[in-house]
Amino acid sequence: MDARIGIRNTKSILFKSFIIFLAFVVTIPLIIVLLYIIKQGVMQVNWHFLTHVPAPEGEKGGGIANALVGSLLIIGMSSVVAIPVGILAGIYLSENPGTKLAYYSGLCVDILQGVPSIVMGIVVYFWIVKPFGFSAISGSIALAIMMLPIVIRSTEQTLLLLPPSLKEAALSLGVPYHRVILKVIVPCGFAGILSGIILSIARIIGETAPLLFTALGSNYLSFKVTGAMESLPHLIFTYATSPYDDQHDLAWGASFILLMFVLILNIFTKLITRKWKIQL
Amino acid sequence: MENTVVSATKFNAWFGDNHVVKDVSINIEKNQCVAVMGPSGCGKTTFLRCINRMHELIPGATAKGSLKLYSDEVYTMNPIYVRYKIGMVFQRPNPFPNLSIYDNVIAGYKLNGLKVAKADLDNIVQKSLTSAALWNEVKDSLHKKGTFLSGGQQQRLCIARAIAMEPEVILFDEPTSALDPISTSSVEQLFHELKEKYTLIIVTHNMQQAARVSDKTAFFYVGELVEFDDTKQMFTAPKDVRTQNYITGRFS
Repeated sequence: MDARIGIRNTKSILFKSFIIFLAFVVTIPLIIVLLYIIKQGVMQVNWHFLTHVPAPEGEKGGGIANALVGSLLIIGMSSVVAIPVGILAGIYLSENPGTKLAYYSGLCVDILQGVPSIVMGIVVYFWIVKPFGFSAISGSIALAIMMLPIVIRSTEQTLLLLPPSLKEAALSLGVPYHRVILKVIVPCGFAGILSGIILSIARIIGETAPLLFTALGSNYLSFKVTGAMESLPHLIFTYATSPYDDQHDLAWGASFILLMFVLILNIFTKLITRKWKIQL
Repeated sequence: MENTVVSATKFNAWFGDNHVVKDVSINIEKNQCVAVMGPSGCGKTTFLRCINRMHELIPGATAKGSLKLYSDEVYTMNPIYVRYKIGMVFQRPNPFPNLSIYDNVIAGYKLNGLKVAKADLDNIVQKSLTSAALWNEVKDSLHKKGTFLSGGQQQRLCIARAIAMEPEVILFDEPTSALDPISTSSVEQLFHELKEKYTLIIVTHNMQQAARVSDKTAFFYVGELVEFDDTKQMFTAPKDVRTQNYITGRFS
């Protein structure tokens, strides 16, 4: 009996060490990637880099101002469309679980979430770019469609966690339904909804494929949303594959900036959920 | 009759096909504390929720028959107006977790977007919290979140929230079943004071509680109102054998 317990204990210890080892191993590639991007990129980043457009081929210097502005504009336009629509759809889904419409729209949301971004790009290309030409707006539309499922699902999941007694409390005070939703339900789920929004932005900020067909890219600083526009991921794509070392440097710098964006957004989300979480 | 606040005549309620309140007729008089008791699933909570039209919010729930607040038919009034006039306190304390104690008390005004002067609001808050016997405990922390309070305090906060709207009737759905004995007795104490100004209808599982706090008791059994009488009468000499069986603990 004693011997068998000994074997079982050894097995447990072996198993435990094994999963600890694996947990450690999987972080290695991540850390290597992060360190490499930081090492290559951090040297490129300075004020000049952030405020100038790329230099012509073969020339030293230049920056990524056009891509920075482009990315912010494109993401901003996507957010303006996707966030309100996504939140409202999420409210519907959480308020009417079990209805046919909720079932089918929930299904669509799940499928939409699985659609590869390049397919989204092609669709928007045929619908919008073909008739109207390359534009930042068409890029925003593709990205907004990609944001939607994340915002919808996170809103829905957050609101489903709120106890029904909360709604009853408000209704029993004679508060009309729309005010119950807007003044009680949404504020109570605010932290969850906001973190969903930020995660959805972090998700699309690095999307390249749909932008290839839509916003196209540009070497100039442009604020014209109906024209072609550069974006960070697209700049990385074009310059990383170019033959010039200076352009490689720009691509590394842009990668670093992109990485920082995503990192900051994720830290921000963590802080928000911790700070603004409402004690039920 | 002019003293009657809530009156039901042949009132019925259903969940889908499930007939849960059957032909209930009852007259509840002003400034009385009425306890509604009965075994689980007897329709007492459903009946209570019909009075301020919370019942119909559940999908598939329907109601039929006459239910009046004074001379107005509740089911033809705007439900929002009904709920202004008939407040409710729930089984579990449910203060709004995103609002402070102060804002919780005036939630009825705030959430409805009613414009009230700040001084009046201060007044309402103090008066309501005093009536709910909570003022002394929270007067220094009015701007803390309501959820920081203990369960019993939260329930009294919910009572203050209902009082703040100056309703005619306050409905209590097993208001002490989630509270410890000390909090329970402080809430029960309140009933005696509240009925000076309001009409109280209290659903309770606890017979001792019904006996302690109410003037009149209604006994529900499988959807029917079996007996409605003075509490003393009911607990000493019930007329119906079912009431007697329930009170003596022969079934529950």
